[in-house]
This record gives sequence, C-alpha cells and structure tokens, in this order.
Amino acid sequence: MDLGLNEEHSMGTTIIGVTYNGGVVLGADSRTSTGMYVANRASDKITQLTDNVYVCRSGSAADSQIVSDYVRYFLHQHTIQLGQPATVKVAANLVRLLAYNNKNMLQTGLIVGGWDKYEGGKIYGIPLGGTIIEQPFAIGGSGSSYLYGFFDQAWKEGMTQEEAEQLVVKAVSLAIARDGASGGVVRTVTIDAEGVKRKFYPGDELPLWHEELQPQNSLLDILNASSPEPMNI
Amino acid sequence: MFSSLTGSYGSTLRYKSVERIKPIGKHSLLGASGELSDFQEILRYLDELILYDNMWDDGNSLGPKEVFNYLTRVMYNRRNKFNPLWNSLVLGGVKNGQKYLGMVSMIGVHFEDNHVATGFGNHLARPIFREEWHENMSFEDGVKLLEKCMKVLLYRDRSAVNKLQMAKITEEGVTTYKPYSLRTHWGYSAFENPTVGAEGSW
Repeated sequence: MDLGLNEEHSMGTTIIGVTYNGGVVLGADSRTSTGMYVANRASDKITQLTDNVYVCRSGSAADSQIVSDYVRYFLHQHTIQLGQPATVKVAANLVRLLAYNNKNMLQTGLIVGGWDKYEGGKIYGIPLGGTIIEQPFAIGGSGSSYLYGFFDQAWKEGMTQEEAEQLVVKAVSLAIARDGASGGVVRTVTIDAEGVKRKFYPGDELPLWHEELQPQNSLLDILNASSPEPMNI
Repeated sequence: MFSSLTGSYGSTLRYKSVERIKPIGKHSLLGASGELSDFQEILRYLDELILYDNMWDDGNSLGPKEVFNYLTRVMYNRRNKFNPLWNSLVLGGVKNGQKYLGMVSMIGVHFEDNHVATGFGNHLARPIFREEWHENMSFEDGVKLLEKCMKVLLYRDRSAVNKLQMAKITEEGVTTYKPYSLRTHWGYSAFENPTVGAEGSW
C-alpha cells in the first residue's frame, strides 16, 4: 500500500472568507498532509500580508508560502511609497499577478481578505489559474466541495460579526467532518476598522455532527461507569 | 482488537458507522482494512466455510488457525490470478486455551505475532507495541495500550475518524463493545499561535 510519505506537503484544506457589516472573517482548518500522513496537525494557514490584509492558503504548502512571502515583501515597499496602508484590492491583485503569470508551475488556491478605509471589508478569491474574483464570501480547498450546498442555504447579506464568525466555524467544522484532507483546529482571523483578532477553536470543542460521538477518556471509563450490557454472542 | 468505523471514498469520509471487525464461527474475530466490498465478499466465503463445518455436526469446529490458513490461501490465489481482494486482514482468536493472532495482506503475505496492525498502524502503532507489550497483560492494560495507539493514528492518519469499535475474544466467546470516541488534546500554547515571529510559515 503506497502511503505517499515522500510526496510534497499539501494542505488539502478548507478555507473560507466571509464579509459582514463592517469587516471580514477568514477561517481555515489546520491540517497539512504528506500523502496520507498528517505532517502538521496544528498549522496556521491564515497568513498576514499587511496589518489590515490577510490571506488564506490552500493547495501546495510550498507554493502558497512563497507567493505570500513575495506579496508581503512587495506590499511592504508599496506601503512605504504610498504613505498609507495598502488596500485589499491592491494586495489581491499582486497575488493574482504571481498566480496568473506562473500558472504552469504553481498549485495553490488563495483567498485574500481585509479591511481598508475606502471600500471597507472585502474578500477576493484567487483560484488555480490566477482568476481574481471579488465575492461577498469565498470558499476554497478540498473541503470546500462539501460546503457549496451549505453556503447556498446559510449565507445571508448584512450579518453581524458574531453571526459571520459562527457561520465560518460551523462551516469549517462541517468540512472537517467529511474531508479527510482537512482536520485539527479551526482558526479564524477577524479584520475590521479597529484591527485584527485571532481566534482558536480546538478540535475537541467543535460541535458534533451526524454519526459523531461525545469523546471519552477511555473505554474503561465507560465500562466501569454504568456496566452497560455489551453485545454478546 | 480495535478499528475505526470508517468507510472512505477517496478522501471523502463517506460512511462513519461501518463495522470492520466481525466474529467468525465461535473462536475467531476478523478485522479488515481496504476495500469494503471485498471484505463483504470474504465474509460470505467464511460464512460458507463455517456453515459446511457445522453441517458435519461432529462436535469439532474451525479454530483461528484453520480460518487464518483458509484466508491466506484465498488471498494468495487471487493475487496469482492478478485479481486481488484489496484488503489487509487481521485474524485473532482463542481455542482450547490457545491464543492466536495473525495478519494477511492483499498479496497473501501472512505472519503471526503478539501484536499486528494494518495500514498506517504498521508505522505508528507497532513501534509502540514493541516497547510496551508484554506477556500477561490484563484486559485493562490491553485496552489502554490500544487506545494509546488509536489516538496517535487519529492525529496522524488522514483517513482516521474519531469513532472506534472494540471487540474482544476469549475462551468464553466474542464481546463487541458499543462505538465510542476518544478525547483529543489540542491545548498546547504552541498550537494557538504557531507563526508568531515567523509570519508565512506553517
């Protein structure tokens, strides 16, 4: 059985970006895999580009890291030259340029999200070929396949910050339940006029879905607790 | 014997209540990983085997060694016809006080040992067994050791799901326990902010 332990690091992933009244919420899972092995169960896939713009990374770990490193570098120089914080649109377009002009070599899908004083909270999706698309919400990564129907039903215009954050955590947690390439903890980054807030939702505090059970310390606890009747033959 | 109750479809965790450990006759337990349809076919073969054995009505019954041997022949002969049953099988049992535990792969490679595993368990669980298994372990010791290994697999195997099934076989017979989940630990401070000071890393 080929376990693929020498394959490149890929973040199967579930990434989400959602706008709300006054800002954006970015969310992601934390699993990085090498073939079938989970190389890192607590990765941070939401990376800073500037003080007010962050990017969610999916696909090849190496490709997404190098793209975000270059864009951070360019944006730093751009901010100095401009004399004020870069806009989300500029950040997203820099990402697009790299993704599009190197499309044959890169394998990474990105979601750029942030807040600036001209346009407020904005989300830009930049999938594999280097298309740039501004959206009220964006989903990406292998886990997103399981969320299209969910968002069709659950997304609403004009949510509050709490509603948006709950939606993101619920969505990532649903994707983790069904996508083998997503897992671990849910990380969120909320960006608004005031600044940036990072949150961490550990794997054992996420809601339980269909066919999932309440975690226990050990089978022995269950057996000693109430002596339930095990099924006997 | 422990297994997770997963039935995956590629990277989709499609079915989450699949029992992959089944009793065979009076003296054996069979656990399988790999292709579920092939496992179901193997269960049919074994069902027929046990049925014919019972029909002799001679007071004798097939023990784990015999069932294991049958399985290895089936797997090897299918491999020779270039049409393997895509499974890794674990066969355990007790007959007349004698314990037995063996593994058969999809190409017919088979062996017995005091501790066996399939798939990722070979890489992650067996080293732990080698360190911590010893003769005369109690039931509780066995459960604790297996749970330790299953937890590692839960963290590090992409195809794992947090829903476990335990089955035990003794001279008295088979006991299958209700499915349950294990507590996982994520409360390390390093997990909360892993990229502080190294923006853009993982």
